[in-house]
Amino acid sequence: MALLTIRNLTVEFATASGAFRAVDSVDVDIDRGEILAIVGESGSGKSVSMLATMGLLPWTATITAERMEFDGTDLRSLSGPARRRLIGKDIAMIFQEPMSSLNPCFTVGFQIREALKQHLDLDKKGRQARAVELFEMVGIPDPERRLKAFPHQLSGGMNQRVMIAMAIACKPRLLIADEPTTALDVTIQAQILDLLTDLQKETGMALILITHDMGVVAETAERVAVQYAGQKVEDQPVTDLFARPHHPYTAALLAALPERATERRLPTIPGVVPGQHDKPVGCLFSPRCKFADERCRQVPPPVQPPAIGFARCHYPLNVPAEVETA
Amino acid sequence: MLRYILARLITFVPTFVGVTLISFAFIRVLPGDPIIVMAGERGMTQERYDELVQRFGFDQPLYLQFWDYLTGVVQGDLGRSFITNRPVWDEFFTLFPATLELSICAIIFATLIGLPAGVIAAVYRGKFFDRALMSTALVGYSMPIFWWALLLIIVFSGNLGWTPVSGRMSLMYFFDDVTGFMLIDSLLSGQAGAFTSAVQHLILPTIVLGTIPLAVIARQTRSAMLEVLSEDYIRTARAKGLRPARVNGLHALRNAMIPVVTVIGLSVGTLLAGAILTETIFSWPGIGKWMVDSIFRRDYPVVQGGLLLIALMVMIVNLTVDLLYGLINPKIRKR
Repeated sequence: MALLTIRNLTVEFATASGAFRAVDSVDVDIDRGEILAIVGESGSGKSVSMLATMGLLPWTATITAERMEFDGTDLRSLSGPARRRLIGKDIAMIFQEPMSSLNPCFTVGFQIREALKQHLDLDKKGRQARAVELFEMVGIPDPERRLKAFPHQLSGGMNQRVMIAMAIACKPRLLIADEPTTALDVTIQAQILDLLTDLQKETGMALILITHDMGVVAETAERVAVQYAGQKVEDQPVTDLFARPHHPYTAALLAALPERATERRLPTIPGVVPGQHDKPVGCLFSPRCKFADERCRQVPPPVQPPAIGFARCHYPLNVPAEVETA
Repeated sequence: MLRYILARLITFVPTFVGVTLISFAFIRVLPGDPIIVMAGERGMTQERYDELVQRFGFDQPLYLQFWDYLTGVVQGDLGRSFITNRPVWDEFFTLFPATLELSICAIIFATLIGLPAGVIAAVYRGKFFDRALMSTALVGYSMPIFWWALLLIIVFSGNLGWTPVSGRMSLMYFFDDVTGFMLIDSLLSGQAGAFTSAVQHLILPTIVLGTIPLAVIARQTRSAMLEVLSEDYIRTARAKGLRPARVNGLHALRNAMIPVVTVIGLSVGTLLAGAILTETIFSWPGIGKWMVDSIFRRDYPVVQGGLLLIALMVMIVNLTVDLLYGLINPKIRKR
């Protein structure tokens, strides 16, 4: 049974110029102990769909979904207190900017013990011991002393380790990492990713990694969901995705990787992600797609069967001979 | 920390000299002659007048008069009132506790209501409570104080008879000044009902004096909270599954406190400088009324000394506020 199942998730924001659909009928499935990467450009709705799952979106957002279940619990009808018992404990999340994601007014020790106090039945001593243990787990040297530090006294990488320690404090079954390495420099990025995958192996939790970095995906993920302009356009195991992308957008993303470039100039995807006011009628990717024809521009594409990676496309690429397209 | 406080205390010196100079010059620029005022309607002979001019040193050049005054101040001598002939120092400290007591009550009143109101307004922004509170705050801020005071007196003292009209204590009670604070002295006196009377006398002046700071604190808290609530660390706090009360009241408010404390500090400064209207309307024997009276009487030493002491109080409040910043937010803590 899947740990998290989301069907047809749509998130709309009320803006001054009308409703803006940030997430458009997205499905997410993740099993226990699985590592799923959600890939996409800025504004493709990857963070928003996960924030919706956590219930952390501002009041301007309207969330609708056919199904939204975590381990049998319907997340849509969850009361405030019930949700607060779940998030931070069974589902935890870490964010892009470690420096601004920790409260500057409190020591990191206070903030991690606070998470423990909220969900676990530990006394003061127990919380301190667990905090030290967690800091050791995430590789923070001299934990007793570091617990007394304020966020501004630690580096970005250290702060992200603190965030990770805080997120895994109550042994979550699902950890959502929202671009955990984007704000860090490259050497630290690799360390943080290694840490996340190690912790995932150790604890057996499921991990959703939101990123726009295909390199990160290749190194860490087992399965990849590609999002474009609020829609999921493809969903495949990582090796298959890199070998045989079915959606032209995925193919274009992969072609733009420097390691894969064959010419002197790096291939790019022309144009930009459509915004609130210039959404195409048909396929959302059609204005930037080199395979697009009149049908693509007029008719929204179907979702292809699992064998074609759930590609949301009229003309999926690399289709095996024996499979029929939708 | 200690070094920082010392450094700040040293910067008090030029401010101090500046204030003495301004207060000295200011009262002398005003037209009017203190000796004529002193003489009153009966007038005085030219000989008597010349004698007094010489006694107060008004025949000396201004810079010498200032020098005399400054050397006096440095030795802790603020001079004597022309009118009562009592040392300015004594007069100030007889009256200052009344002002201090009223100011403290007013600022506590303003903070206790304004701070939570601002927080709630920010959390429920755009909702009914927010709109109602912010328009009330605007009314409170722009309302003429004397009118508001009279209105409260008419309703609560006149019509309902709940509170006394003026003064600090009912005439039924008498006890010695120990601290100068009626709330404390009435308790110390052990007389039944004295404390209640002190509280009753404080209620209306507190509300009147606290209204403007209350409006300012509520609005400032709201806007600071709005800014903080969109910060990443608030999302982190919510992602931990913390109760909204803890997220807003601890994680957000602590960060929003810096501008709020600034406003509270500034309010305390103005309140200490004497709430002239409030003290006049409620016959409150504080330094506001004392300063105004002494300006009309051209009581040079009182005006100079009073201004100086008030400036000193304001400087101390400001220093306290600066030290509080570091306590609230360790990022700006002074080493």
